[in-house]
Amino acid sequence: MNETRLKRTPLFDEHVAAGGKIVPFGGFEMPVQYTSIIEEHTAVRTRAGLFDVSHMGEILIRGPRALDFVQKISCNDHAKMAVGRAQYTGLMYPEGTFVDDMLVHKMADDEYFLVVNAANTDKDFAYIQDVAQGEDGVEVVNQSADYAQLALQGPLALEVLQPLTQTDLDAIRYYRFTWGEVRGHRAIIARTGYTGEDGFEVYVAPGHAVAIWRAILSEGGSKGVVPVGLGARDTLRLEAGMCLYGNDIDRTTTPLEAGLAWIVKLDKGDFIGRDVLERQAQEGVQRKLVGFEMIDRGIARHGFPVMLKPDDEEAAGVVTSGTHSPTLRKPIGMAYVPSGAAEPGREIWISIRGQVRKALIVPLPFYSRKRKTKA
Amino acid sequence: MSVPKDLRYTKTHEWIRREGDVAVLGITHYAQDQLGEVVYVELPDAGTRAAPGEELGTLESVKAVSELFSPVGGEVIAVNERLTDAPHLVNDDPFGEGWLVKIKISEEPELLDAAAYEKLVAEESQ
Repeated sequence: MNETRLKRTPLFDEHVAAGGKIVPFGGFEMPVQYTSIIEEHTAVRTRAGLFDVSHMGEILIRGPRALDFVQKISCNDHAKMAVGRAQYTGLMYPEGTFVDDMLVHKMADDEYFLVVNAANTDKDFAYIQDVAQGEDGVEVVNQSADYAQLALQGPLALEVLQPLTQTDLDAIRYYRFTWGEVRGHRAIIARTGYTGEDGFEVYVAPGHAVAIWRAILSEGGSKGVVPVGLGARDTLRLEAGMCLYGNDIDRTTTPLEAGLAWIVKLDKGDFIGRDVLERQAQEGVQRKLVGFEMIDRGIARHGFPVMLKPDDEEAAGVVTSGTHSPTLRKPIGMAYVPSGAAEPGREIWISIRGQVRKALIVPLPFYSRKRKTKA
Repeated sequence: MSVPKDLRYTKTHEWIRREGDVAVLGITHYAQDQLGEVVYVELPDAGTRAAPGEELGTLESVKAVSELFSPVGGEVIAVNERLTDAPHLVNDDPFGEGWLVKIKISEEPELLDAAAYEKLVAEESQ
């Protein structure tokens, strides 16, 4: 980060009052934890947790040619989406690599609402505007300042949020959303999340964020619902095998390398980066993102070198994310390794502060919930 | 913030308690609070010799890694084996059951007393 002044979300004072430890993240001052990362993580897995994710960016693409334009910048196929659906995708460079990863919400036939990473919002907006230069029938609007976003995640999310809205939450299926009201305030209510649990993401005007935040905690307090910081957000998403931009994916990696072939739709027509991805699909990728568990002790963290043999002098790959898994109670991580060495069950070696430690490639995700909602 | 009066402290947030010519070593309440829940402790074997300020091991939380520096010179004579399975003792009882190693002292530099350490923490917390 440079010296530019850090921004605050409308919930900043709530975080401080709740004892949140504040850290800089994506250009914002955000709570990394309130009580403990492990306790907050466990709350989300077993009950529910409330996250302030107002730092996320929102970019609206609208106009008669909005769909064509979204199809051009994204590697997934949005042509068959119904209004009220959300889809995960990559915003692509011509190299087939990630400008960002994002959620595309179809608001109307001529309106697509993109939710992007906080640290990338300005970059994404500039990039999208640049691509849109000279395109007729497309308008790009940065709406990031118009929305606060709250995420309520965990098995109790539905029963805690339901009393606060007239919208039938159970009728919103996974990766669907609807406009509704939460505590009388107009909101987008989406059944999406970044934790591997059932849950909802609620987008509201910034001025209403505090009232809704307090209402959810008041409603859920007796059920063990707690505020959750970015620390547990990271352990939760990593257990669920979800990529983090800047760690596991970035402008040097393609979705095919990152194990995200399911968001690459080569048959949808042309899009930015398609030729690179088509060639990778035909010839295969050189490296793949894999999950690993440590066999030896220690946590292998972002940037640590990966070797295929314990005495290899040269690194064959690199750790992209690593943490202690509160659910599995062991160190886990993700790493890029050569494609020929990416099969689960293979041992790899990771240099942890100069000491070579053994790890095992395992299938992703590390954790998946028992699904009650219809996919 | 708890800072027991009978201990000596380092600028890197270790404490020692003198028991004859042996120093019991741990990290302070402030240090464990900054680090977060300790999930992994790596300590030297008994018999390891350390100079004052030398790295003795590491403590890892979910988010961060912290090095442990030896406040004194000497030989490690005991390691808190309970921390292998219960690293959270460092958080639960940093000045007691969460002790890390015992060192037979051969060299003891001047360390901070409780008042000086409290002042240091107050400055760092600002």
